[in-house]
Parts: sequence; C-alpha cells; structure tokens
Amino acid sequence: MVTRSALLLALGRVLIKAFLVALAVVVVYPLVWMLLNGVKSNAELFSNPFALPVAWKWDNYITAWNRGVGDYLTTSVLVTVASTIATVFISAWAAYGLTRVNIPFNRVVLVLILGGLMLAPTVALIPLVKMFQSLGLYNNLWALLILYTAFRVPFTTFLIRAYMMDLPAEVDEAASVDGASKARAFWQVILPMCKPILVSTVLLNILFTWNEYLFAMVFTSGGALQTLPVGLTNLMSKHGTDYPVVFAGMAIAAIPVIVLFFAGQRYFIRGLADGVGK
Amino acid sequence: MTVSNTAWKSAAPPPAPLSTKSPKSRTRKPVRAHGWRNVVWVLPAVLLLGLFAYLPLVQNLGFSFLKWDIYSGRQTFVGADNYVRMFNDPIFWKSLLNNTLYAVISIAFQVFGAMILAAMIEGLRSQRWRGILRAVYFVPSAISLTVAGLLFYFIYEPEMGILNAALDFLGLGNFTQAWLGQENTAIFAIIAMSQWQGFGYCTLLFSVALQRIPSELYEAASIDGVGPFQRFFSISLPLVREMTGLMMIVTVSGAFQVFNEVMVMTSGGPNNSSQVLGTWLYRSGFVRNDFGYAAAVATAVFIITLVLAVIQLRISKKRRVQW
Repeated sequence: MVTRSALLLALGRVLIKAFLVALAVVVVYPLVWMLLNGVKSNAELFSNPFALPVAWKWDNYITAWNRGVGDYLTTSVLVTVASTIATVFISAWAAYGLTRVNIPFNRVVLVLILGGLMLAPTVALIPLVKMFQSLGLYNNLWALLILYTAFRVPFTTFLIRAYMMDLPAEVDEAASVDGASKARAFWQVILPMCKPILVSTVLLNILFTWNEYLFAMVFTSGGALQTLPVGLTNLMSKHGTDYPVVFAGMAIAAIPVIVLFFAGQRYFIRGLADGVGK
Repeated sequence: MTVSNTAWKSAAPPPAPLSTKSPKSRTRKPVRAHGWRNVVWVLPAVLLLGLFAYLPLVQNLGFSFLKWDIYSGRQTFVGADNYVRMFNDPIFWKSLLNNTLYAVISIAFQVFGAMILAAMIEGLRSQRWRGILRAVYFVPSAISLTVAGLLFYFIYEPEMGILNAALDFLGLGNFTQAWLGQENTAIFAIIAMSQWQGFGYCTLLFSVALQRIPSELYEAASIDGVGPFQRFFSISLPLVREMTGLMMIVTVSGAFQVFNEVMVMTSGGPNNSSQVLGTWLYRSGFVRNDFGYAAAVATAVFIITLVLAVIQLRISKKRRVQW
C-alpha cells in the first residue's frame, strides 16, 4: 500500500512538473516569436510562421529606430524618469507627514490621499482634456508628467506609509534629541531606512509609466512627443505592411522592462506582494 | 506586518508614532497641538490629487448633464438626457456585458487558475525551479499591454498568425478563422490575451501568500499522513482566503477599467461587438464628439468602481492574518 501511494505521488509530481514546463513554453513562445519576427523578412513572415529566420535581418531594428521608435524611446525614458522621481519623492514626503508629523485634520488628509487609489483614470478623462487645453498643456510632456504623478501618488504613498509605520519611534526621538529638524530627520534618517520600499516603488512606477497608454494617447499627438506605447500603434498604422519592422519596434519597447524585471526581481516581488498583500 | 495591514483603513493607527492628539498621555517632547506649518508635508500630494483627480471627478458629473460640442464650444444643459440615452443605448449594454464577461473569465483564470498554479509551483521541491517558473510566468506582465495587444493582433492574424497555423498543425484546421474580425469571437480573443498577460502576476502574489504559511502546519499535516489534495484544500486554501478575496476585487475592478488591449486590437469592433465601457466612453467623446454622453458613461464607470472599492475596503478591513 505504502509503495503504491508513494508511486502515485511520484507520478503526480512528474505530471505536475511536465504541465508547468509545458505551460511555461506556451507562455513564452509568443515572445520568442515576436523577437524572431523582428529579424525576418516580410516574405518569410508569411511563408511559415514557425520557421527560424533564414538570414537574420538586424537592420529591421535600425529601420524601426529611424522610423520614430528612437524618438518614442527618448520620450518614454524622459517621462518615466521624471514622473518616477516626482511620484516617489512626493509620496515619501507625504508618507513621512502622515506617520511622523502632527498635521491638522490628518485623518481627512489620509482618506483624501489614499482614497485616490480607487479613482479610475477613465472617469476623469473628459474634464482633464478640457483642463489641460485651457492650461495650454495639451500635447505637452508636462501633461503626462503631472497626470502620471497625480495618479500614482496614492498607491506609492500607501506602500511607503505602511513601511514607515513599522519603523520604530525611537529613531525619531534620537534624531530630535540630537537637535535635528523634521526635514533633516526625513532626509538623513528615515529616507535611508526606507531604501527597500523606495526601490520597489521606483520599479513599480517605472513599469507603470513605461507601459501607460490611455493618457499618452489622449494628451499627445505630435510624433516626437509620443511615448512608446502610442508610437508603436502609429508605426503599425503607418508602416503596417512592413511587419518585421513593427515587430522590431515592439521588441525595443519590451526588452528594457523585461531586463529591468529580471534585474530587480527580488524587489518587484516584494513590492507587488506588499502592494496587494497589505 | 499585521499592524500595517489594517491600520490605514481604520484611520486609527495605534502604533504610528507622533499621531497622538493627547500629548499628555506620552512623556515625550511636547508636540505642538496643530502645527499648520506641518501641512507642507502633505501639500504637494493633496494639491496634485485635488486638482487632477478629485476636481475632474466633480466636473465630470457636471458635464454629464450637458450637451457639449467641442468644436463650437457650445454647452447646453440637457438635464438627465445623456443618462436616458445611455440606458436606451444597446452598445452601452453590450459594453457592460463585455466588461462582465471580462470579470467572470478573469476570476476563473487569474484568481482560481493562478491559485492552483501557485500551489503547484510551491509544491515543487527545487527552489530553483520555483524561482524560474514564477519569473517566466510573470514576463508577459512586464511588457506593456500595447505590445501584448499588437503581438496578439498578429498571432490571431489569419495569414501569418501562429494560432491558425498551430490549429492546422494539430489537425484542427476546421477551427481556423479571423479571430478578431468576427463579431462572435473578437471579445473572447481579446480576453484570452488578457489572461496570458495577467495570470503570472496573480500567480506570483499567490506564491508569496503561500510562502507566508508557516511550514510547521504542513509538517504536522504530513505526520498525520495527509495527502497533497487534502493539504491544499484544508491548509493552503483557507489560509490564502483573504488574498483570494482581495484578488477577486482587484481583478473585477480591473475588468471594468479595461481599455488598452481592446483599443489596440479591435477599437471595439467589428460592429461594436468587442466594445467595453472604456472604449465606448473614448469613442463617444473623442470620435463622435459627444462629450456630455461620454461623461455620463464615465459616471457609470465611476459608480461601478466605487462600489467595488467599498467592497474591497470591507474585505481588507476584515483581513487580519492570524500568523
């Protein structure tokens, strides 16, 4: 009896492993297909979709870059860096205020900031268009910077605040005994202690900004001002018959975040787990 | 961990230092009653949110009572007209139905499917394999929905796509079709892509939740001779219940905010068959120049997401993990 159930268990293990590996192959194959199509010729693309490229046409990447992907990438990097810095800074600043400083109406403020977690960007879209038009910020990167920051502050504050609450109060006492002002304690004591959560919020914000589409599509229209997600759909509609170039453009947009994910995997997992777990 | 889990929602943070309103109760440096200067800490966040999130929310409600021509700039008050029109609009209902389909299918795959998958992964003995599989499943979540949408646009493409080619290869050639070009398959094709994109993220979160279960529980179970199935149903499942509840709400509210993938793959077509609330709102406002009506649809989205958020708050208030 014992051997029989042990055998069944072992068999189960093998089957589960086989299933998990097969699923992994199915999940990753579309991405491999995308990368391979980026170095094929148009004719090859249609002849046999599963075939490997005959001659690896790396110049598809150069063509894609020159057809605007280079500009889109620059814009994406700019917006991503600026809004990530702004979001994490403003959020950490607010989280410090909410956990370690006595603010009038702090409960109202707390609800106001964290309540933003439930606002869907689509709901605010129509008024925002009107507002940014009248501010003269339509088709301007400031619009994206402001909107990305505003809509990411609630979640980021939420994560950093949760982390700061777990820091012992003695730290602040020690700082204030040493005569440090609140601002100094923030910069020199609390912020360095928050490094793990700051890293994971930075990664999460990069991931969000790099991939955002709705605001980018609505608030920019000039070629050079567009971010990668919007630019790619343009590339598709303008050069839609030159498919390998579109695939190359998609790869250029996808690879940086995949690399970033593997580099910061530990923090990603932590940030995601804390974010939804709390 | 348990403290920060719940404290922010109840807005009564006992362990948060310096939030005390009765300085007498503590013997520390006197805290100034209400330092108005201290608002500098939260001012940037409050201003940003107030101006660019809450104000538009209120304005949207106002706009939904207007007939608004963006070209002439003419705004006329039409009362509840937009809402009446919305309730009589078959495409609005079609969109709502598609969002609901999205939610139901996403719960099946991204909550329950991901949970079972995570249990399978965490049941593996090799630490290395667990890490690799979690990471591999997550990769589609790292790429943008635009890239994913374009990619699947090509995968579904009848001539060069790999879906029809694979069906042919498997001898299922009868099933090949223009997946995104037909009214009865378009929305399902898009939803399938979303599952591919999102399930790894959920699997990762369930993995983390499972890892938090103390190993003593499993050890005790194995001493008692409990098999893997029973172990899953009597230990793992109940102990990730809070995560399950939370994931359900996150998934459902995500399903009602879907926009990107539909926009990229079909723009709601063919013949509005894959329209969702987000794309219908966009189309009404920006393509059909009917901003008042779009604002009414936005209000519908807001009410749905608000209800879901309130449910989420209730669930997370209750979730105080026992270990």
